[in-house]
Amino acid sequence: MDSGRSDRIPVALKILIAGGFGVGKTTLVGAVSEIRPLQTEEVLTDASVGTDDLSGVEGKQTTTVAMDFGRITINDDLQVYLFGTPGQDRFWFLWDELAYGALGAVVLADTRRLADCFPSVDYFERRGIPFVVGVNCFDGARRYSVEAVRSALDLDPDVPILLCDARSRQSGKEVLIALVEHVAQRQGDPVRTH
Amino acid sequence: MRTDPPGPHHEWLDDEAGPVVRPYAVTGGRVQPASGKFDLMAFVVAGPPDEGPQPPQPEHRAIIAAAQRPVAVADLAADLDLPVGVVRVLLGDLLATGRISMYEPPASRQFPDDDILKAVVNGLRAL
Repeated sequence: MDSGRSDRIPVALKILIAGGFGVGKTTLVGAVSEIRPLQTEEVLTDASVGTDDLSGVEGKQTTTVAMDFGRITINDDLQVYLFGTPGQDRFWFLWDELAYGALGAVVLADTRRLADCFPSVDYFERRGIPFVVGVNCFDGARRYSVEAVRSALDLDPDVPILLCDARSRQSGKEVLIALVEHVAQRQGDPVRTH
Repeated sequence: MRTDPPGPHHEWLDDEAGPVVRPYAVTGGRVQPASGKFDLMAFVVAGPPDEGPQPPQPEHRAIIAAAQRPVAVADLAADLDLPVGVVRVLLGDLLATGRISMYEPPASRQFPDDDILKAVVNGLRAL
């Protein structure tokens, strides 16, 4: 059926927007793209995930998780999709699917609650997924230098850190551009094993 | 452990998907999504019309209507305001009956080439 159909399949790149609860993920996705809620209906399994028996599916609890989802159309053949990762720990199981094939991630940080972004940083580091850290400069929050944040997060020197304002389209664009340029720089680099 | 789903086998649903029964999904039943398959970034396109029987559910037909041009699974779910898991089940039905074609994204860890990345940077700057 390929013949006769002129519509090409676009190249679609996936970027994750991660960080702690309330750090501005929704705001950032909304600032740079047309944001829409995406519902995922997930089965909440208990600890015995490895021994799942399909016959037990009907007895499992399910939950609906709403994710932020935005699309930036670069041109007809190239689209960028943004996915805000669920901010609550119990939704970790969603991350692997979201991270699959992702170009990279933006980890948003709030210097008042810097530890909230540790799990996201760990997650992407361990999987070798390129990421940048955007320090969302909330009103009233004390400003820290980029190097102070780098030190507090124990980040590798090549991981870009930017001060940003998640409400600002221009600022959000700059964070995304920094990520894509970071990915480009890493091209050809062997994936490091930590 | 290996448990084949009932009915026609297709590779897009793995063991984790569980039994796939159409009304079960669209009538509010729950299904475990096939992780890593039916990727959110996969694109689907409806096939030529009038081939085979009409799909049974209005949601199936809504998907076909929305997929006249290539559309990403995530966009479909958002456009139709349906949970991704339900959309995946419906897409499985449509795939099994040949009503849609599916284009999986490139495998994980295969980054796009520099030209694409440059186009993204330039495109973002121009936003």
